[in-house]
Amino acid sequence: MTAGCDGYAHAVRKSFLVALWFVFLTFPIMVIRVNTIEHTVVWHWSRIGYVALAIFFGSFVWRWLLARKELKKDDSQDETKVESMLTRLQSLPVFRYTALGLLALLAGVYPWVFDLYQTNIMISCLVYIVLGLGLNIVVGLAGLLDLGYVAFYAVGAYAYALCNMHWGIGFWYMLPVGAVLGAVLGILLGFPVLRLRGDYLAIVTLGFGEIIRLVLENWGDVTMGPSGISSIARPSLFGVNLGVVGSTQYMFYIMVGLMVFTIFCVNRLQNSRIGRAWLALREDEIACQAMGIDKMKTKLMAFALGATWAGMAGVVFAAKTTFINPASFTFWESAIILSIVVIGGMGSIRGVIAGAVILILVPEYLREFAQFRMLLFGAIMVLVMVFRPQGLISAKRKIYEYKVAEAEAVHE
Amino acid sequence: MEYFLELFMGGLTRGSIYALIALGYTMVYGIIELINFAHGEIYMIGAFTGLIVAGLLTMLGFPVSAILVIALVCAVIWAAAYGFTIEKMAYKPLRSAPRLSPLISAIGMSIFLQNYVMLAQTSDFLPFPELIPHFDFMDKAGSIMSSAELVIILATIASCVGLTLFIKFTKLGKAMRATAQNRKMAMLVGINVDMVISATFIIGSSLAAVGGVLIASHIGQINYYIGFIAGIKAFTAAVLGGIGSLPGAMLGGLVLGLTEAFATGYVSSDYEDVFAFLLLVLILIFRPSGIMGKEKTQKV
Repeated sequence: MTAGCDGYAHAVRKSFLVALWFVFLTFPIMVIRVNTIEHTVVWHWSRIGYVALAIFFGSFVWRWLLARKELKKDDSQDETKVESMLTRLQSLPVFRYTALGLLALLAGVYPWVFDLYQTNIMISCLVYIVLGLGLNIVVGLAGLLDLGYVAFYAVGAYAYALCNMHWGIGFWYMLPVGAVLGAVLGILLGFPVLRLRGDYLAIVTLGFGEIIRLVLENWGDVTMGPSGISSIARPSLFGVNLGVVGSTQYMFYIMVGLMVFTIFCVNRLQNSRIGRAWLALREDEIACQAMGIDKMKTKLMAFALGATWAGMAGVVFAAKTTFINPASFTFWESAIILSIVVIGGMGSIRGVIAGAVILILVPEYLREFAQFRMLLFGAIMVLVMVFRPQGLISAKRKIYEYKVAEAEAVHE
Repeated sequence: MEYFLELFMGGLTRGSIYALIALGYTMVYGIIELINFAHGEIYMIGAFTGLIVAGLLTMLGFPVSAILVIALVCAVIWAAAYGFTIEKMAYKPLRSAPRLSPLISAIGMSIFLQNYVMLAQTSDFLPFPELIPHFDFMDKAGSIMSSAELVIILATIASCVGLTLFIKFTKLGKAMRATAQNRKMAMLVGINVDMVISATFIIGSSLAAVGGVLIASHIGQINYYIGFIAGIKAFTAAVLGGIGSLPGAMLGGLVLGLTEAFATGYVSSDYEDVFAFLLLVLILIFRPSGIMGKEKTQKV
């Protein structure tokens, strides 16, 4: 876009045309509602005005962002200013420890300062962080698009609910069992789908997730069908049953602990041998095989480890809500977790945490937006992919610098 | 035997619709190697446009046959417009991105479209008027198939034959084949690749819209969610037949439709969708390139 009178006129005309096109596009579905039984029609003419206005201005922003993206392509530097400042601050030990200390303090007093409702929201945010970090292993690090992640989550939740209902097994016994169950299921699913790549893998995992959900819904004798299982026991503190408030606070600390443990593990995994193998697999599968990496083992590990955390999160979820039914484990749940990973920044731990905080907490506090939540999720997923494919906080990779001067000196 | 025939015709109808939607998947995949996840939503939007137009025209007192034609034309126009716009917004800026990016963008688009229709219309099931006059073809033993089923099967056959001829003999079809084989080379010999891709989306979306209106009129109700399951099943059909191959999509659709019909008829109707997914998983494991697909060698 060139500046000047002509350029602006052109831009305005173009935006006008785009707005016109969208008015046409959205006309029947946005404006007309027919009831074919009572033979009534409701016209929502005002909506078309909103669409036109939104698209007219949105079109400017869209083209400006696209132009900026094109410009950026030339610069290899794609870190934003805020990000580079954060990195610099982070390298200061003083800042790092203060920030960590503050966070720890906040986590410590949170359930005492805020009420039950806030604590509950925070717990679900923490659950999503753990889920996001788990999926991040599969999608972000290993580059395997798993659209049925919620199946492992469901298995953990149902395992705890059923064992608790029939045999009264407690939360602390089921947490590791849920993890193991998740891992086993991950291997069972991972094994047959190993040969598939990219898109096919995505669809198969989606199909697998749906199979699990449909089985949960229809196998009424065991899973109680769509009505679900209620009055699941909350975790007890050394055999002492806490009240609702007490157990919520307790749950909060459990989740904080689980999150710290997850972050620790994922962080260690990232720089391990298997973590590097995942990154190689993500970048180029065939080249990775040529380097002598066992593709099968690497993929299985990613699937199993990712599923482990989903299994644990499932147990926590069942214990937290004390009620589960198959409606909590639809494809959309997988999509939400996936968008947390994608929007936050694939492969980046800080990114996933930021993604979960934004996507789970923001709609909670903006209640009016609640019905637009999924709409926004969808739109944001597209926008992030188009304009910031690396996510909000991009994963940093270790760069080994190659100094030209030194290399030349050696050659001489 | 009667029951068998009934199931068979039901499966054939179902399969035809899957095939009709699968054609769109397979065409797009053949050209830009992208699973157009939002394709099922195009089908749903086609059905909704058909409902709105048909509802308006019924109130104005049009004859049924005219309503069917106009509703089909409108559904095709709007669905094609949606397909075109989606490609421009969500896929075109990502042509050179890693393969996961357009797929995620497509999932985002699909979520967006579903919720857009849900918020603008409702989340309830809406009744769809019967656009194809009901008429049963009877046997001595009983009903074999209805007029709606016959129309659906004929429409699918016509679309498939038409599309095959189009791709074989027209200039645009030739350009499509060239683009599918090698996009860069096609560009070098002067084919407008952008236009070819847009045309692919428009044709695929139109076929999905036809399927949407016909099946909605046959079943009698729609809601915002119908695109998801139909899309997954059509994709299954496309994979089953070998993605990228047109006759494969047709065959895959029929195989899937018949499998589903017999499985629900003879095994259990509770697990209707499970059979489709199981078939998908099995096919992908044992024959990832599908019945009529070609094995592709990979290069670094």
